[in-house]
Amino acid sequence: MIRSVLLAGRAGLHLRAASQIAVAAALAPAAVTVRTMDRPAVAADSVLALLSLGALCGTELILEAHGPGAAEALDTLAGLFATDLDVAGA
Amino acid sequence: MPDLLRGLGASAGAATGPAYRLADPPRLPAPRPVTDPDAEVDRAYAAIDAVCRDIGRRAAVTADETAAEILRAQAALAADRTLRDGVALAVRAGHEAPHAVAAVLADHRAALLAAGGLLAARAADLDDLRDRVVAHCLGLPMPALPEPGCPFVLIAVDLAPADAALLDPARVLAVVTSAGSFVSHTAILARARGLPTVVACGGALEIADGTVVTVDGTAGRVTVGRTVPAPAEEPPPAPEEPADLRGRTADGHHVALLANIGCAAELAGAAVEGVGLFRTELLFQHHIDPPTTAEQIDAYAEVFAAMPGRQVIVRTLDAGADKPLPFLRDHDEPNPALGIRGLRVARRRADILRTQIAAIAAAARASTARVAVMAPMVTTVSEAAQFTALCRDAGLPTVGVMIEVPAAAVRSAEILQVVDFLSVGTNDLSQYTFAADRRSGELADLLDPWQPALLSLIALCAAAGAAVGRPVGVCGEAAADPAFAVVLAGLGVTSLSMSPPAVPAVRAALAAHTLEECRAAAQRALAAADPAAARAAVTRL
Repeated sequence: MIRSVLLAGRAGLHLRAASQIAVAAALAPAAVTVRTMDRPAVAADSVLALLSLGALCGTELILEAHGPGAAEALDTLAGLFATDLDVAGA
Repeated sequence: MPDLLRGLGASAGAATGPAYRLADPPRLPAPRPVTDPDAEVDRAYAAIDAVCRDIGRRAAVTADETAAEILRAQAALAADRTLRDGVALAVRAGHEAPHAVAAVLADHRAALLAAGGLLAARAADLDDLRDRVVAHCLGLPMPALPEPGCPFVLIAVDLAPADAALLDPARVLAVVTSAGSFVSHTAILARARGLPTVVACGGALEIADGTVVTVDGTAGRVTVGRTVPAPAEEPPPAPEEPADLRGRTADGHHVALLANIGCAAELAGAAVEGVGLFRTELLFQHHIDPPTTAEQIDAYAEVFAAMPGRQVIVRTLDAGADKPLPFLRDHDEPNPALGIRGLRVARRRADILRTQIAAIAAAARASTARVAVMAPMVTTVSEAAQFTALCRDAGLPTVGVMIEVPAAAVRSAEILQVVDFLSVGTNDLSQYTFAADRRSGELADLLDPWQPALLSLIALCAAAGAAVGRPVGVCGEAAADPAFAVVLAGLGVTSLSMSPPAVPAVRAALAAHTLEECRAAAQRALAAADPAAARAAVTRL
């Protein structure tokens, strides 16, 4: 199952945002991978791997998950990537 | 003779004291062949675990939430599975533990640098992680902060979040780093604790320990002075509340520093000359019907009473798009940002505006505050003229309009023939000039206040005001950026209105530059090709 989302964080996928997303990915009901148009898929529960995608605001991210819980896991993560996590209260 | 070093001001304020340098972290030793790969993987993992625990402990003892959040993220980075997997592979390929860690992090570092911008600034976080793990592998301590026995100015190549988070403002007066950027974690943490900081300061590492330096974190300057080691008897001067609240450039040109508020409580302790934007929406929210005249008079009088003899600019109700009100929501708009909002509400409900103006006038008569009133979302000269007539009829002599719509900015000279002053709302002016929804994170680059097109429109308004001797202020949050405030002053803007906590840094930035320097900064920003170039051209001043 594949989902595409544009990164909303205006500062890009930086350390704090990536660690928030990695925690959510670790808790999600299915393993999720993320790739960009020019970098290969990485595990969404790895902060270091997420950082190294070098994703900037507006970068298209392709999320992939399989098996039971895949849709729910993709919904959760796609939602986080599409939120500007730097905005207070977001 | 004192030398002057220049860098980037990363955290405002000034401090003087003896400089002491943070020692460099342990270096990687010459590589040796790996004889027992399993033991070597264990050695690397043990070092990584120790660093996780160390950073986690620092996060736990930090009272400051910004610092704790950054440290928790760093601990998560150190604990990352990808790091361990990569290190195990590198060890099995023949690298010793410290070299394996350095090699894996170097790959990720390259990816961050390639991404550029803010992410490139995060490469420093990976360097710190590498240094810490390498030190643990070698059984060496990470360098501790100097302890000269008196408060000092910390000099370093860069400061890791783990160190910056633990800086004790009672011991460290200021920070100067040779590397780093405005958005590095060092800078963020220094700002959070109000520590004057200059980053990217070439020559900082040449300063000998014990040399007295003066750090100006606003202008990004470090004056390297006497080597007389007498700081212990010279307590740093206590920060004083400026007695004169008027904002001034270094050569005395007045730029009014005003507050943006929604209610009187926000003025507590504010060191401002007056109120540049009193938002009245708060009073109207949570009301099924518009508030009565008496309710409004009470709320306005409370703010006026807090500013005796001083200027208070009241903005009439700015409802619409992002601020729907129950009693105005009787219609659906496909595109509310371009619909009935701001002054346009009076097209449907003139009674609400009339009641509000009458209430402001009544409260103003009972107060010594110099009350002015302005309308939001004005588009044409005739709208401005109608608003002025309405206010003057109610007995309010000083009337202005906000410039938020490009059409109004372009005709600012004509609008100034029918109003007393203009106030530029940069947030909405950006949204409408760049056709970019102000809530869209994806379009944040277009909404950057340093966009040259936005600066051109502000310059146009300021020039129109100067031509007829009428005030033109800026009341968007962009005015709170000290470097941007210098540009605005240089463009000829006569007042800057912002949330009260932002005022001291802007006051310091203005005081650090002459009007001529502000003008030069404004010309450079206007001439820049894009926001990054504009920012760089000004901060290098």
